Amino acid sequence: MLKLDGCVIENGDFTLSADIEIKAGTSVAIIGPSGAGKSTLLETIAGFRDLKQGQIFWNGQQISNLLPGKRPMAMLFQDGNLFPHLTAEQNIALGLRPNGRLSQDEQTQVQSALDRVALQGLGARKPSELSGGQQSRVALARVLVQRRELLLLDEPFAALGPALKAEMLDLVAELVAEAQSTLLMVSHDPQDARRIADQTILVADENVHVPARTEELFENPPPSLRAYLG
Amino acid sequence: MAERAQPVSPWPGIGAAALVAALILGTLAAVALRAETSGGFTPADWAALRFTLTQASLSALFSVALAVPVARALARRRFPGRRALIALLGAPFILPVIVAILGLLQVFGRSGWISDILGVFGLPPIRIYGLHGVVLAHVFFNLPLATRLVLQAWQEIPAERFRLAAQLGCNGLAMFRLIEMPMLNRALPGVLAVVFAICLTSFAVALTLGGGPRATTIELAIYQAFTYDFDLGRAALLSALQLALTAATALIALKFSRGDGFGTGLDRALRRWDGGAPAIDTFWIIAAAVFLLLPLASVVISGIAGFFNMPAIVFRAAMISILVAAASTAVMLLLALPIATTVANGRYGLVELSGILGLAASPLVIGTGLFILIRPLANPASLALPVTALVNAVMALPFALRILIPAARDITARHGRLALSLDMTKWTFFTRVLLPRMRAQIGFAAGLGAALSMGDLGVIALFADPQIATLPLQIYRLMGAYQMQAAAGGALLLLLLSMGAFWLLDRGGRWHAEA
Repeated sequence: MLKLDGCVIENGDFTLSADIEIKAGTSVAIIGPSGAGKSTLLETIAGFRDLKQGQIFWNGQQISNLLPGKRPMAMLFQDGNLFPHLTAEQNIALGLRPNGRLSQDEQTQVQSALDRVALQGLGARKPSELSGGQQSRVALARVLVQRRELLLLDEPFAALGPALKAEMLDLVAELVAEAQSTLLMVSHDPQDARRIADQTILVADENVHVPARTEELFENPPPSLRAYLG
Repeated sequence: MAERAQPVSPWPGIGAAALVAALILGTLAAVALRAETSGGFTPADWAALRFTLTQASLSALFSVALAVPVARALARRRFPGRRALIALLGAPFILPVIVAILGLLQVFGRSGWISDILGVFGLPPIRIYGLHGVVLAHVFFNLPLATRLVLQAWQEIPAERFRLAAQLGCNGLAMFRLIEMPMLNRALPGVLAVVFAICLTSFAVALTLGGGPRATTIELAIYQAFTYDFDLGRAALLSALQLALTAATALIALKFSRGDGFGTGLDRALRRWDGGAPAIDTFWIIAAAVFLLLPLASVVISGIAGFFNMPAIVFRAAMISILVAAASTAVMLLLALPIATTVANGRYGLVELSGILGLAASPLVIGTGLFILIRPLANPASLALPVTALVNAVMALPFALRILIPAARDITARHGRLALSLDMTKWTFFTRVLLPRMRAQIGFAAGLGAALSMGDLGVIALFADPQIATLPLQIYRLMGAYQMQAAAGGALLLLLLSMGAFWLLDRGGRWHAEA
């Protein structure tokens, strides 16, 4: 279980309060108006921002004093998820060994991750030689080999067309289900939330609302969500 | 609270910056301590100060006054070869001073081309030595820089302004008063200050074209106090004077200057509607190109003749120069890369300041200080080459940092979070992400550093004994011995080595580099 206990996040002149619990193994969408702090929330959970108050726990262990790389989570950003000078294989390998060479067994893992995201034979290509969708698949393959318990997505597929984005979200849903990991996904599109998230968190009015069942939330939206949906 | 996460460690950069600061400030302290024991300024010292200020003022004035019409012509004309000409304007930066001097002598000297032409009409030859020779050489080096800076200011005028002015029916003088004069009023003080600051520390030009009691700069006076009289106290006193002067001017220049003249986008020609006289622009462009190309062409032509019967000592000097340049470039990168990495990672103003201290320092002052420090421990002449490499590295460091810091900042901002989330160590991020991504900039900086070191005629003159010389010093000695053909051959070799080193390293950095 991921627990944000009395958390207050400060970003410039705006603050965000969060006091929520997310059950392990669920997929959660984070929606809200732009500028409300969705990305700020995700960055804080990932360890790129300091908390002003409160603590973050994962399965009872406090993780809010850990460096980003030591937290039990993998994250995909809006852009810059691959190193452009490294091949697809090398990018994926960083998820297993960020600082060294791969063993034979680990190389096999990289290959099967490539297979799993349907990029067989493209491992030697650099990101510039891959399409946008293929680049996203490489990033997901790396997430796969990282084997972290939490996956945080900060709209990594925003630049893709609607059909491709849906395809990627389905792939994410499959991977998350296979690994039984917990998914936190920022989105500004209710369709994304409905597609793969059991639960949805609304971020609005400097407040992180408690997770609600996605279907129920959209069928009966609170005032701030109604204002956002229009 | 989480520890503030950074993808790279700031400490190597802080260490490198501390080393640079210790070298510059330590030698300064050594000089200052020594200076107290001296007997004050002599009339010759005041004359040196006056000459330094006079030549720097005149050089700045002429460079900028000529740069304005050339930049104006380049800003509003498009012609084949325009890009090449603008690229050529960047070349004097890495052109060895001694090569240019030889070329200027061959064109403007007593037995040069112009004097020959004057002789045909029964006129006396030009005398190049003294104030006007020093100013001529400085204009040769700084007219291109000033032109690039002024051109940059010109190109920054939004095209809409010209469109609006044209629509209002402004032409010629009205357009100039409305748009261009305000721009020049803002831009020129900075350009003047930059050229003035550069000319203040000029040593090699004054050494070759100046000299004598009426044409000695402070840098040259330091050198003379050192080599002729071996008066360390006086050298130290002059060093202190020079330092106060350069520091004050550097501050003024930094305050006024905005761009650095190395920027891109200069090859864009503005669309204008005020016509203007093409003949005037053509004249200025051709005149500037001839002024810059003629001395170089002269060196190449005379050098080819001398190239194949150069004394072996020239090749020995060339080997030494290559070694010094390689060592200097390596030291410069070892200092610049950690400093750039650290500065890119946050607010490390002091680190950045230490890196650019070299702009205000004079190489002869550092050299004097090192001499004073080394002398109790070892024979300074035996350390001439390492000291030259070190001083060259520190002098090139500010330029390298201007190239590397923006790239390092960009890469850290773009990939830092991903590296952190992957739990990459700081060393891995440096070697696997930062270095490969910065290859093009590293190559460019290394090329500049190598070319600057290869062509440098400064500290080496202070330290070297007759047995040992870098190529620029050897050329200078050959010129002093009136072996002009051997000197010309050496100058061509030096030109090829400097430009070759720059080209090789710059190209090497971009070889197979991905976007």
